[in-house]
Amino acid sequence: MKKNRQKEAAEVSKLNRISVKTDVCFNIIFIILALICIIPVVFVFMISISSEKSIQMNGYRFIPEKFSIDSYAFLLREGKMILSSLGISVMVTVIGTVLGVMLTTMMGYVISRRNYKMQNFFTMVVFIPMIFNGGMLSSYVVNTQFMHLKNSIWALILPLCVSSFNVVICKTFFKTNIPESVIESAQIDGASQFTIFGKIALPLSKPMMATIALFLTFGYWNDWFQSSLYITDKKLYSLQALLDSIQRSIDVMANNPSLGVTMTQYINSMPKEGARMAMAILIIIPIACSYPFFQKYFISGLTVGAVKG
Amino acid sequence: MEKVRKSPKEKKVRKPKWTKNDSELTALALPTTVWYVLFCFLPMFGLVIAFKNYKIAGGRSFIYNVIHSDWSGFKNFEFLIKSNDLFVILRNTILYNLAFIVLGMIFSVGLAIMISLLHSKRKSKVYQTLMFFPYFMSWVVAAYFLDAFLNQDNGLINSMLRDGGGEGIQWYMKAGVWPAILIFMYLWKSTGYNMVIYLSSISGIDTTLYEAAVMDGANKKQQVRYITLPCLKNVIIMMFILNVGKVFYSDFGLFFQLSQGASGSIFNTTATIDTFVYNAIQSSTPIGMTSAATFFQSVACCITILVANAIVKKIDADSAII
Repeated sequence: MKKNRQKEAAEVSKLNRISVKTDVCFNIIFIILALICIIPVVFVFMISISSEKSIQMNGYRFIPEKFSIDSYAFLLREGKMILSSLGISVMVTVIGTVLGVMLTTMMGYVISRRNYKMQNFFTMVVFIPMIFNGGMLSSYVVNTQFMHLKNSIWALILPLCVSSFNVVICKTFFKTNIPESVIESAQIDGASQFTIFGKIALPLSKPMMATIALFLTFGYWNDWFQSSLYITDKKLYSLQALLDSIQRSIDVMANNPSLGVTMTQYINSMPKEGARMAMAILIIIPIACSYPFFQKYFISGLTVGAVKG
Repeated sequence: MEKVRKSPKEKKVRKPKWTKNDSELTALALPTTVWYVLFCFLPMFGLVIAFKNYKIAGGRSFIYNVIHSDWSGFKNFEFLIKSNDLFVILRNTILYNLAFIVLGMIFSVGLAIMISLLHSKRKSKVYQTLMFFPYFMSWVVAAYFLDAFLNQDNGLINSMLRDGGGEGIQWYMKAGVWPAILIFMYLWKSTGYNMVIYLSSISGIDTTLYEAAVMDGANKKQQVRYITLPCLKNVIIMMFILNVGKVFYSDFGLFFQLSQGASGSIFNTTATIDTFVYNAIQSSTPIGMTSAATFFQSVACCITILVANAIVKKIDADSAII
């Protein structure tokens, strides 16, 4: 019966299609759009494997006159700085994501509890920042002069770890997916709220936690803004901050002249243009390889968030 | 095991009793609340420096400084209004946002409908994934992409112009082209993502509606016009109003990174409230005028969100956020 219906529906939808001509047109449009989205990466990659000379001669080209992997060799030679900023990026992302998920789920759980006396108060705590906030300057003044986060790795982690949007996603999830009866029976068995939260609520909400963790991970990995505000110490540069700083000049990365070469000579011999682009490619690769797998969680998170909190 | 908490004789208060349950939940909420106080509510309090002659006394904490700075009334605002920058940054912020909202909506809804009509579902998945890609790039990376095309010495466009016998253009000094560039880059980054959101509501439309339409002899165009669009109406209105609520905020990275600083000769077309504030923080300009600008931004934003929400409530009470 069900199968029949499905078959029927499939047949109807097969009849009810746009004409082949329109389909081809639409396909062409989408191919062009997809290319516009992807081509910059290809282009930057081609620049990164062009030889410095042909860039100076002809500018950036899709197909350079001469290929060379000098830029990558240079990055390898200066690997120390890249490795240290990779370390910072990874550390910030991991700590931030773990901390963020913890803080978010705890708050989400608390404001999802019905018989809790302070529920309204904490809902307001989460809610007010959604409509009113102090803005960039005020946060900057508080973070630097009150919490003294300037040039501290916590300046990269703390300001981003909770967002009211995520807390609301969390609350909605707990409300709709964890039956009140389960929690009540646990309470009757003498479980404390900590036990219920840790042993019942969290294990039941892994998909939601994955979504929030994903939002946070991409947020931290792509963040350069906090660095540009709070970090002046090169040792604390994340990858994005490093990329941001070499946009003006790649000279900051020149640290290891080989014997018998002065710093100026070394800087002049660097594959400047190519190395900048190679650096960009290094940052893009992890995301480009992983996002197709995560894409659907992003969308599910967004549609959950659209549900009223 | 059944040490029940409800012994009725414990402190009969008028309000419902405070139980162990409540204390535990409060303890759970505490760490996040501390975070909210430090990173959200203190900055809100910090907004009062817009009305103060804020001075930093050495060795004193921020709160002490704020309380002990002299009130300056609306002087900071006067400075802000007298400087010509206010008009420019306000105009840019609002106009760009409106362009983003309108064009973004048209493009993403249109493309979502188109992609839902493709014959091959596999191809449609591939297009979606490819078009989603820019969303995951940070603006720093996007600035590199743009630079590869627009760079004065080496950029592809200038090289092509030179090949054709023309002369290179200094894109990063040419104010007139920036609205087009910024709008293009905004669409480049966000369309794929918005399209997917609309697509998920299109796939939620009841297929029997289309079947009935076929029985009635409606062609595909009519189905889109009379079924798909009306079904999307609520989502579109909601997204529209929520975005309008944010017209006083700008995507800082978009304006700052792509224009490589939003200053110099392209200030007039690329500066927004946020880049203005950021540049003021980086240079050591007195804090007063800037704080007036952020105060204005926060308040204006709060009002637009509340108004937008009130309108949403009128249209569809379930979609309102408050």
